[in-house]
Amino acid sequence: MDTSRRGFLKAAGAAALGVGGGAPLVLMSARGSTGGGEVSSSGIRWALAIDTQKCAEGSGCTACVEACRDVHNIPLIENVEEEVKWIWKEPLQKVFPHRVLSETGEEIRERPLPVMCNHCDNPPCVRVCPTKATWKRDDGIVMMDQHRCIGCRYCVVGCPYGARSFNWSDPRPYIDKIRADYPTRTKGVVEKCTFCAERLAGGQLPACVEACQKVGGAMVFGDLNDEHSEIRQLVRANLVAQRKAELGTRPKVHYKL
Amino acid sequence: MYDGAKIVSGLAVFVLVCAFPLWYSAAKGGAGDLPELTLPEGGGGCVESTEHMRASHMELLNHWRDQVVRHGERRYRGPDGVEHEMSLSKTCLGCHTSKAEFCDRCHNYVDVKPACWDCHVDPSGE
Repeated sequence: MDTSRRGFLKAAGAAALGVGGGAPLVLMSARGSTGGGEVSSSGIRWALAIDTQKCAEGSGCTACVEACRDVHNIPLIENVEEEVKWIWKEPLQKVFPHRVLSETGEEIRERPLPVMCNHCDNPPCVRVCPTKATWKRDDGIVMMDQHRCIGCRYCVVGCPYGARSFNWSDPRPYIDKIRADYPTRTKGVVEKCTFCAERLAGGQLPACVEACQKVGGAMVFGDLNDEHSEIRQLVRANLVAQRKAELGTRPKVHYKL
Repeated sequence: MYDGAKIVSGLAVFVLVCAFPLWYSAAKGGAGDLPELTLPEGGGGCVESTEHMRASHMELLNHWRDQVVRHGERRYRGPDGVEHEMSLSKTCLGCHTSKAEFCDRCHNYVDVKPACWDCHVDPSGE
C-alpha cells in the first residue's frame, strides 16, 4: 500500500477529530437517558386531564382562569411582556402544533385549550434552579418556594411550556381584590401554577377544576397512581396527548383531543 | 507630654459624647419610650408562651415557613397541646388583628424591616 506521509497525517487528524468531537455527544446522550425524574408508582401522583371537546362546548368560557386568578391574587397586567399567568387559554394549533394538518379545519385549529404548568415528572425547571426554590414534591407537584427564589429566571428559560412568569414590578397595584388568605408575590420572583397545593392539603380540588365542574366538567383531577381514580380511568380508556412529550419531560397535564 | 491637659480633656469630652446613649438613659431612668403593644383581648391563647414568642417569634415563623412550604406540614401543636394552623395571616393575625399596633411598633422601635409583608397580606388591609 502506498501511503504518503501527508496522507497518513490527514487520516490520523480526521480520526482524532472524530473521536474528540463525538465524545461529548455520546456523554450527553448517556446523561439524557438517565436524567432524573423518577416516577414512583406508589403513593399519590397528582395529575390533570382536560376533555378538549367538552371544554370547547363552552366557547369563550374562562371559568378556570378566573377562579385561579381569584384564589391566588394573580395580577392582571396589560403589558404582555410583563404579564403573570398560572393558567390561560391558547388555540389548539399553538398547544399541539404537530397535530394540526394543513387540511385541519379552522374550528379545531382555533379551539381554545387551557394551558398551565405541566408538573412534569422530569421537570427541566427544577434541574436548572440554583437555589432549590423550585422542586418536585413526593406527590409529583412541582412546587415553588418564593422565599428562596432569587429571580435568576433560569427556570423561565428552562420551561418548554412558558408556564412561568416573572414579576418585573410589584404586582399588588394590578390585583383587583387582594385576598388575605393567600400571599401575593413581590417584585423579582418567579411564579406559576402549584396544582393548588394549599387547597389539596385541605381536601379540596384545585380551584380551576372546581370552577370547571360547575360549568362544563371538562377537567378531571386526581391521583394517577390510584387504579380506581377517575383520571386513571380516563387515561386508560382514551388516547390522551401531552404537550411536547417528545422532550422527555413527562407532563402530568393530559389532553383528550 | 506637650499639651497634656488639652489632650486629656479632649479625650474626656470625646468619651462623654460617645457614651451619650448610656449616660443619658441612665440619668433619665429607663430605656426611653418603650413601644406599647395592643394585645388581643382575653389573651393567653398564643401558640407559645409570651417569653418564647417575644424572644423567638422570628425563628418560629421561619420554622413554620419551612414546614408548610417545603414539607407540606400545616398543623402546629403548642406546648399546651392545642393545634394551630401554621399561618401568619390566619393564625397570628387572626388574634393580633392590628399589624400596625402590634408587629410594626416593635419592629419600628428596633428598626428591623422583615420582608414578610412584601407578599403576605395584612387582613386588616392597613
